[in-house]
Amino acid sequence: MGKSVCFYFQVHQPDRLRQFRFFDIGNDFHYFDDFTNRTIIRRIADRCYLPMNQLLLEQIKAHNGAFKVAFSISGVAVEQFGKYAPDVLDSFKALAATGCVEFLSETYSHSLASLSSPSEFKKQVKEHQKMIQGLFGVKPTAFRNTELIYSDSIGELVGQLGYNVVLAEGAKHVLGWKSPNFVYANALNPRVKVLLRNFGLSDDIAFRFGNKSWEGWPLTADKYASWLSSSLAKEDVVNLFMDYETFGEHQKASTGIFDFMANLPSAVLAQGLEFSTPTEVASKYQPVAPLNVNYPTSWADEERDTSAWLGNELQEEAFNKVCALEAEVMKTKQDKLINTFRKLQESDHFYYMCTKFFSDGSVHSYFNPYDSPYEAFINYMNVLGDFEIRVKDAVKQNKNSK
Amino acid sequence: MFGWEFPPHIAGGLGTACYGMTKGLAHANVDVLFVMPSASGDEDQSSVRIINASDVAASDSGWNINEFLDRVKFLRVGSNLHPYIDPSDFSELVEKEKKSQSEEFKFYFRQKYRFSGKYGKNLMEEVARYAMVAGAIAADEQFDVIHAHDWLTYLAGIAAKRVSGKPLVIHVHATAFDRATSIDPEVFRLEKMGMEEADKVITVSNLTRNIVINKYGIDPSKVVTVHNAVDFSGREEIEVKRGVNDKVITFLGRITFQKGPEYFIEAAAKVLKRCPEARFVMAGSGDMMNRCIRHVASLGISNRFHFTGFLRGDDVQKMFALSDVYVMPSVSEPFGISPLEAMKSDVPTIISKQSGVAEVLKYAIKVDFWDIDALADAMYGLLRYPNLSRMAIEKGRREVDNLKWDSAALKVKKVYQSAIDNSK
Repeated sequence: MGKSVCFYFQVHQPDRLRQFRFFDIGNDFHYFDDFTNRTIIRRIADRCYLPMNQLLLEQIKAHNGAFKVAFSISGVAVEQFGKYAPDVLDSFKALAATGCVEFLSETYSHSLASLSSPSEFKKQVKEHQKMIQGLFGVKPTAFRNTELIYSDSIGELVGQLGYNVVLAEGAKHVLGWKSPNFVYANALNPRVKVLLRNFGLSDDIAFRFGNKSWEGWPLTADKYASWLSSSLAKEDVVNLFMDYETFGEHQKASTGIFDFMANLPSAVLAQGLEFSTPTEVASKYQPVAPLNVNYPTSWADEERDTSAWLGNELQEEAFNKVCALEAEVMKTKQDKLINTFRKLQESDHFYYMCTKFFSDGSVHSYFNPYDSPYEAFINYMNVLGDFEIRVKDAVKQNKNSK
Repeated sequence: MFGWEFPPHIAGGLGTACYGMTKGLAHANVDVLFVMPSASGDEDQSSVRIINASDVAASDSGWNINEFLDRVKFLRVGSNLHPYIDPSDFSELVEKEKKSQSEEFKFYFRQKYRFSGKYGKNLMEEVARYAMVAGAIAADEQFDVIHAHDWLTYLAGIAAKRVSGKPLVIHVHATAFDRATSIDPEVFRLEKMGMEEADKVITVSNLTRNIVINKYGIDPSKVVTVHNAVDFSGREEIEVKRGVNDKVITFLGRITFQKGPEYFIEAAAKVLKRCPEARFVMAGSGDMMNRCIRHVASLGISNRFHFTGFLRGDDVQKMFALSDVYVMPSVSEPFGISPLEAMKSDVPTIISKQSGVAEVLKYAIKVDFWDIDALADAMYGLLRYPNLSRMAIEKGRREVDNLKWDSAALKVKKVYQSAIDNSK
């Protein structure tokens, strides 16, 4: 059986909050900074989504189905594309029509619900599923959680939702001596297969590509394909998982990233490797062992844990407070409130409150609308304060009308 | 009169107090020549103009603007006296101005030029430069008594006294003991020097008077307390749309150790246990702000405890209008004008016994700053017993209305008189 290279790209943009002051609480139901959100979406669409989708489409056509990739697009990103960049949605639809692109399942609002509420988590996954199906006509068959957050119990939960493939980080502290280049099985439900990100080879593209002081610079498609090939000498699959904004945004066009990607498919195929999507990988290869992950891992920062979102008391507090509203919000039965509730759960809001600014600061500050984590916290709590009032009023009204 | 700031460009209460006092003195037929360092040319212009505008709207006492401005003459000092500027910019400025100014200063003040030469590129140098300019002004102008506000201007007062031989009154709005947890020895030295050189020392409260006497060793017979007053003319009622129906308890001020923000937070947590529908607001900014945010988050009350950041202009009044209780739990507060503003806005007020304003207020609830239980009790009482808060509102407003700068100014005038009499 051939060896596989598995590309998955994450597409997500949060609904950034506008400056919401104490005086606005109870007076204003508009929480989001439409101008900033539109500007950023438009900018990334022009620099990344549109040119990169075009490039992938051309490559897929040129290789007659031998080149394949997977995407996971958050529901809130799709909503924003619908509002600000419908051309991006069209280009994804064109990719879907080739049949060489797999779309993964995730939580609708790119949330951390897997860490707090199984019921809310399931609802969000189903909501996302419905949206993807409506958009591309295919039901997702593999799951990737927000920021690749994974643990045994999350894997089990995903299995209950009908998915047998889940993506995770190949975190060193979980793998130890083991290689990420095999398929593993969930420790609680062996039918759920786990694909692990090869962070070294993924980050060669996502983080190091344009770095001129890196020993691998300049990275050519042939050189990279030979690395992939040697990495796969005795192993099954290299999982290259990264943010889609890598192309043209994190790595600017001037670094040559687009040329690199245009040459990569032929170079990889020339090495005798094949491209597979996550679901194909899971069916091609047998799991080599169960994988024990007691505590949630993620693909973020050096720690590869959840401390980027829930690492300090501000984040814990904000997260607990928004999660505590779940029951009340559901009681309102109002779609608009439920939708806003989902948007307030986007992991990015908590990411902005992160105080680990010294080692991974540059990544944290990317697209960050706040000057400090404290500001992010205050603003978020003000919005949440207003939202709480709306929810309570709506519940009261429901009661009165009965 | 030597001040450091004047509305509307103010960083603290000093400018407001100077404004009220000069107005009161003008009513008492005292001509005031107000000297302040100019932050920048246009700022100063605008400040004069803005004073005019609010005067026109407020002036119900029959003073016409020109007459008033005649009495409070502004002398703009053309030197690089910026209270806050970064050192590299400053040194550039200093170099540029040194040449032109040194000639001027040498001309006036050959023997005292050492002031600016000796001090570093910091506030201390500015203080010293201000003093030199003060001397020059004292040589040019006619006056009977010198009045200097707070340590920044004491040197200026001393310089003016040495040049003119006129008596010096210094006005202590705060001491080094109120400002920081550790005492700045240089500031302490300047303060002590000012108090010793002064013919009379005015303190804003007995609390401060005691500090001046005990910690600076000043002769009690020359230290007089004149409580601050508050001037609400020019203030328009503000319409505020109230978004929250819950009761709001407010802390408004710099979030620094002296203001006791942590006692407010602890008391808030206690009140919320009994009264979960209350809301707390900490308005302002300061070096303890981030620590306070973490404190609130770790107590798990941040859905009921809001931070506004620094409030500008109308937002302060808006905040009062939204408040049901105002709390000033200061650890050390020479006077404290904001409780008066709160009471004027019909907000029941809780103040610490460690504030100077506690000496003049009867209808504010007073607690020890450290007594979190008493503070929580008082908050709870004002929230839950409408009669208590109604009384606090009505009597409080009347009480504040009686604190007039005119009467404070009369006391100041008396101090002037005795300083003049003594020096003869």
